[in-house]
Amino acid sequence: MSIKVEQLTKAFGKQRAVDDISFEVGAGEIVGFLGPNGAGKSTTMKMITTYLPPSDGNITVCGHDVRNNAAAVKRHIGYLPEQNPLYTDMYVKEYLNFIGSLHGLKGSHLRERVEKMLDICGLRAEQHKVIGALSKGYRQRVGLAQALIHDPEVLILDEPTSGFDPNQIIEIRHLIKTISAKKTVLFSTHIMQEVQALCHRVIVINKGKIVANQTMEDIKKYSASQKIIVAFEEPVDHHLIENLPGVISCEAADSNYTRFTLVTTSGKELRGALYQLAKEKEWNLLELRQEETGLEEIFQNLTTS
Amino acid sequence: MIPIFLKEVRSLLSSLIAYVVISVFLTAAGLIFWVFPETSVLNYGYAEMDTFFNLTPYIFMFLVPGITMRSFAEESRGGTLEMLLTKPVSLWSIILGKYFSTFFLVVFSILPTLIYYFSLSWLGPVDTAGISGSYVGLILLGGVFSGIGVFSSSLTQNQIVSFIIAVFLCFLWHTGFGSIAQLSGLGNFANPVEELGLIYHYDALSRGLIDSRNVVYFVSVTALFLVLTHLTLSSKKW
Repeated sequence: MSIKVEQLTKAFGKQRAVDDISFEVGAGEIVGFLGPNGAGKSTTMKMITTYLPPSDGNITVCGHDVRNNAAAVKRHIGYLPEQNPLYTDMYVKEYLNFIGSLHGLKGSHLRERVEKMLDICGLRAEQHKVIGALSKGYRQRVGLAQALIHDPEVLILDEPTSGFDPNQIIEIRHLIKTISAKKTVLFSTHIMQEVQALCHRVIVINKGKIVANQTMEDIKKYSASQKIIVAFEEPVDHHLIENLPGVISCEAADSNYTRFTLVTTSGKELRGALYQLAKEKEWNLLELRQEETGLEEIFQNLTTS
Repeated sequence: MIPIFLKEVRSLLSSLIAYVVISVFLTAAGLIFWVFPETSVLNYGYAEMDTFFNLTPYIFMFLVPGITMRSFAEESRGGTLEMLLTKPVSLWSIILGKYFSTFFLVVFSILPTLIYYFSLSWLGPVDTAGISGSYVGLILLGGVFSGIGVFSSSLTQNQIVSFIIAVFLCFLWHTGFGSIAQLSGLGNFANPVEELGLIYHYDALSRGLIDSRNVVYFVSVTALFLVLTHLTLSSKKW
């Protein structure tokens, strides 16, 4: 196990920011750490990276305990904190050299790693710029480069894509995907799609407690209902559709009853039934599709209860 | 420690801080020593540097906190402290790296004033022993002020607050204890209180005799503030 968290608790005064959570992240796994703001994601990550001491419980990273062997834990972790703090007065290359030297990298090995990071993170053209002059997207690349400079086994990324425009999010996701090959990655987000795009597994945390710890396939089963969109050329009798077996609700998407949104428990059967109905009544079927189950809804269900 | 020291020195040199500190210090010292009629050595009639050594601590009292006010305050406000503390470097190496970079700048700005000594020796016979003792005292005093500055900076995220605390502590340690000792009613405590102050030991060194007790005093006050810095920073996480 790359990361092992056992009965971890962090209390600030009376408030329990993290309340008795346990989970494991295996070597090479990419795990999304999901939860609303203030759920305890960052606090947990800060404890894994040894920045905050746990109030109770144990954490081991690559077999090293965070309390007894913090230095070894730090060597195995590449960490990108939430606000991506950087020295804005330093040059990109100078900064990477500095972080590398903090990790004890020296001479030609350090130069080699810095060059490699510039290539991987796409910073080649920006290497002689002051960090303060970079755009937010490039700063994030610098943040990722500093986390990776010592080729760590474990990457901890705290909300790596929050606050970016859609294109930048895709770029950063792509970058994370590239660099996470052969690494254990734990990254936090409050966007469900991100987890879907990147992760093998998701851990959902709410109010300091784990509410779900599942693979992506499993979590979709959380939602028993499916959404079906159907559209016809001419207005149709909506009562016939409502009365089909398995329809939980039927909503007309427009005023003249040509387009409906249906919620059902078994999408496959209902689609068949809709097709049969259309054939029988000779309605021209323009659209019939099943929507991906709303990940946001699953997230809402898990975190508002 | 070395990477942090180098990084800090580089950032002092690449920002205006180092140049402003050095030029302000040298201008002020030059004016006091050669130009201002009340303090100028040319009007004084003796080839001595006493006025320079008496007044420099007061210049340092403002300049050193000016250098150190950002050291931890800026890092903790900007979040880079979290980044540093999750790297495999000890808290001590961060503190010492920052401390020595300030101390380095202080020593670096004192060095050019050695010219005063050589110019003075053209004017008349100079007390080389006294002046070397004073230089040792001044460097050690700069060390104490740097320690106080680094400590103050670890107390707060606000650079101005850190500056004001540092100026106050420097003043208290430099002259404050001496002044308190003059209060009537301290009786037998007057002497120990006076010996707590920097100025007592600074004056002792300027007599030209480098007594290890004075040196130990300066080094231990510096160490005290660095230990306090360590305590402050390690307790902040809880």
